[in-house]
Amino acid sequence: MEFGFTTAAYVVAAVLFILSLGGLSGQESAKRAVWYGIVGMGLAVFATLIGPGSGLWLLSAILIAAGGIIGWYVATKVEMTEMPQLVAAMHSLVGLAAVFVGFNAHFELGRVLAMEPEAREALTGFAELLAHKSVIEQNILRVEVFLGIFIGAVTFTGSVIAYGKLSGKVNSAATKLPGGHMLNAGAAALSVICLIWYFNSGGFFPLFLMTLAALFIGYHLIMGIGGADMPVVVSMLNSYSGWAAAAIGFSLGNDLLIVVGALVGSSGAILSYIMCKAMNRSFISVILGGFGGTSGPAMEIDGEQVAIDVDGVATALNEADSIIIIPGYGMAVAQAQQAVSELTKKLRAQGKNVRFAIHPVAGRLPGHMNVLLAEAKVPYDIVMEMDEINEDFPDTDVAIVIGSNDIVNPAAQEDPNSPIAGMPVLECWKAKQVFVSKRGQGTGYSGIENPLFYKENTRMFYGDAKASLDSLLPKIN
Amino acid sequence: MKIGAPKEIEPGENRVAMTPDSATQLQKLGYDCLIETGAGGAAGFADADYEAAGVTVVKTAAALWKEADIIAKVRQPNSTELKRLSSDKTLISFFNPAGNEEGMEAAKSKGANVIAMEMVPRISRAQKMDALSSMANIAGYRAVIEAGNNYGRFFTGQITAAGKVPPAKVLVVGAGVAGLAAIGTSTSLGAITLAFDVRPEVAEQVESMGAEFVYLDFEEEQQDGAATGGYASVSSPEFREAQLAKFRELAPEVDIVITTALIPNREAPELWTEDMVAAMKPGSVIVDLAAEKGGNCKQTVKDERIVTENGVIIIGYTDFPSRMAAQASTLYATNIRHMMTDLTPEKDGQINHDMEDDVIRGATVTHQGEITFPPPPPKIAAIAAKPKAPAPKELTPEEKRAAEVAAFKAQTKQQVTLLAVGGGLILLAGLWAPASFMQHFIVFVLSVFVGFQVIWNVSHSLHTPLMAVTNAISSIIILGALMQIGSGSFLVILLAALSVFMAGINIFGGFLVTRRMLAMFQKS
Repeated sequence: MEFGFTTAAYVVAAVLFILSLGGLSGQESAKRAVWYGIVGMGLAVFATLIGPGSGLWLLSAILIAAGGIIGWYVATKVEMTEMPQLVAAMHSLVGLAAVFVGFNAHFELGRVLAMEPEAREALTGFAELLAHKSVIEQNILRVEVFLGIFIGAVTFTGSVIAYGKLSGKVNSAATKLPGGHMLNAGAAALSVICLIWYFNSGGFFPLFLMTLAALFIGYHLIMGIGGADMPVVVSMLNSYSGWAAAAIGFSLGNDLLIVVGALVGSSGAILSYIMCKAMNRSFISVILGGFGGTSGPAMEIDGEQVAIDVDGVATALNEADSIIIIPGYGMAVAQAQQAVSELTKKLRAQGKNVRFAIHPVAGRLPGHMNVLLAEAKVPYDIVMEMDEINEDFPDTDVAIVIGSNDIVNPAAQEDPNSPIAGMPVLECWKAKQVFVSKRGQGTGYSGIENPLFYKENTRMFYGDAKASLDSLLPKIN
Repeated sequence: MKIGAPKEIEPGENRVAMTPDSATQLQKLGYDCLIETGAGGAAGFADADYEAAGVTVVKTAAALWKEADIIAKVRQPNSTELKRLSSDKTLISFFNPAGNEEGMEAAKSKGANVIAMEMVPRISRAQKMDALSSMANIAGYRAVIEAGNNYGRFFTGQITAAGKVPPAKVLVVGAGVAGLAAIGTSTSLGAITLAFDVRPEVAEQVESMGAEFVYLDFEEEQQDGAATGGYASVSSPEFREAQLAKFRELAPEVDIVITTALIPNREAPELWTEDMVAAMKPGSVIVDLAAEKGGNCKQTVKDERIVTENGVIIIGYTDFPSRMAAQASTLYATNIRHMMTDLTPEKDGQINHDMEDDVIRGATVTHQGEITFPPPPPKIAAIAAKPKAPAPKELTPEEKRAAEVAAFKAQTKQQVTLLAVGGGLILLAGLWAPASFMQHFIVFVLSVFVGFQVIWNVSHSLHTPLMAVTNAISSIIILGALMQIGSGSFLVILLAALSVFMAGINIFGGFLVTRRMLAMFQKS
């Protein structure tokens, strides 16, 4: 098949991918948009298989099918609470694939350069492309390959660690090897040296050394980032996997790879930006791990945490007209979303105005809470973003905080010395009454006391979120 | 101990400090109850009713004062009555201690304990014995009824076969207990009710009663109602001017004005001036509940109903509670009974005059030969609205405009700098890089640009599906592997095959899980 057809197919596929991402602006259009993506991917793979330079297409088809079966199985089995680790795991695959494809480009280049000019003429496909490159182009190619492998390797180990942390297989606390960021800086410096070395020699060894350094950076960087910063980490890795694809696209001279890589890369970058903004922290401070130091003593909190029992909460809910529920990671951990949904249904059946307030960094993945609530069949039009609902709290009778802490911490607004000062938070304390469903008296991820729990209109509803809500349900009439 | 209620000797006073009901309750506290014959007659309680409740009817006042250990009265006692006190007696009554120096001296010289009902502090615990509030409540209600009696029209608006009747417009000045009671009565009769008070924190209470609060265009340091025990205090001249201007504006419109503005221990402030009266429509009614202290309207004549030259009726009665003696006696007797309950913690019929108790201490004006008035401030402050936090400074339109322009300029500057630097870098690369690279580079830059534009529009709630779908499409790296798998080198084939396999997992897994998630989003 002619090269022209493949290119045309790529153009169509690129348009479809853009439409697919653009369609995610609304819940209904998104259902259509995912099909654009599927068709685009199908078209791109098909065009490449029948296009110039591909061989062994039977093997390819079998491998795709085998991978597909595994992918299909995982996708249908995965629990919605496990979405963060699934996404991280899939990033690692893209990263590893990028490393392999990068290595291949290096090997092919070496093989082609070793051939006689006559033999080069007979080459097809990727090798043919390489054969026609000038010296400058070969050098650029080397840089591209190098970058692709570097980003791919960082993405790979980073995603593996993120997966481990999210699934609880690796301790989610921030840990660093002795030496801390100096180790990362050293590995990065080594990679730069390898780049220069590789650029001049074209040998495999510097490439290999750099790969090891990059793998280490990915591992160590993510190990140093704690649990609640995971939304940023996952979106950052998402971004990296895109840039890796784009770099490989450059080295292979494939425009579709470049387009898609750039789309994915910018998507992840924007997500990271939104998450950081929602925490009022700079990207750098998140990546370097942990919260920054405080600028003064924390504000004294006076008052006490007043507990309340199931009957008290039930009475208040039965009397309330408007209710806002604020879910957090604790809800996902306790698997309480079904109970929350049941509660919502019962309250709505009584004609009460029940809504959800979602903070951008609630959970461990951007939009995590929305997906969990959607799974529990909470209608998406009562699930509000922070900006949409924050002004409605003063008119709300009851706010229920389920398993969230830092995102409802009034210290962010009241205490300029607080580590989270300036972070946008859900102003639930402005509601007439606040119930906090929480396991015990501990602090949130940031380790800061939450003055909300001490406010006069706050009552603590201690216990496992799911058990608490289940005991509450029969008492709502 | 014996507790007795004499017949009120003030002319026109119909109330009585003990009812058959309250007597029954007092007996449960261990007291014997006495009543002067005919004491409850004017309030509709016959001697026989008292006897049926187990109260001993005493023939004369002198005998009652002699026999009873505790005397419960309504009106401030006169000198004859005070002479009858002795050191073992306790008097519970309205006493007006601030304006009754001789009375206190007399009680002190007799050594009697006197509890003044108007001195009960305004704290939550003491509400049940707050006789001022229960009397003010009646006065507010009766003021509206009295106004209706003198007003020649309906309160409520009606559209009848005989024509349309506009609703009456009632202005209540002072939203204390009496004012709120008047508001409630007036709105339930169907009148359009406006209300004013110098304490803006009562606006909410006013509105909850169904009236409209009259706001002034006036900014002043807000009074802290709690500091004055929930009562109004004297306002500044500027505030007064603003207030009078508002009233002048309202005067021609309103049909009925009920003024209740009283400041403790002062002459009533003049709020409804002569020119306002002159501006009112003929047939309008003013009920001045402050007539006792000189009136909020200076034309008011105490205890009289007068008609001005322009036909405005001004009612200056001061005996509204007495005009509803049955109701007033019931409430007052209950207040007294609650006071006795607090004085008798053991329920043994013996008074325990506990001067440590905030309420009892506050109400006691003479105790064991000492004048104990004025009392120290209560430990618990009355509940009032929190002082308003100073509002953030409003920016003038010019300042806002300037800020916007500055922001726009800064933005433009930033954007231009970014574009210049970015463009310069690309041009620099173009000088050096070959054309084939630049072609791809253009595609790359445009794609990043498109990506940024598209992703900003993605709904926040769909961020997880966005990650899953970008994950799936980033498996486009499979194309690279597919192009290499046809290579001659075994190693290359192996690595490419592995890549194809992994990308395959990703493509199917990513798209399927996205579809699964999106299908879950349901509209209600």
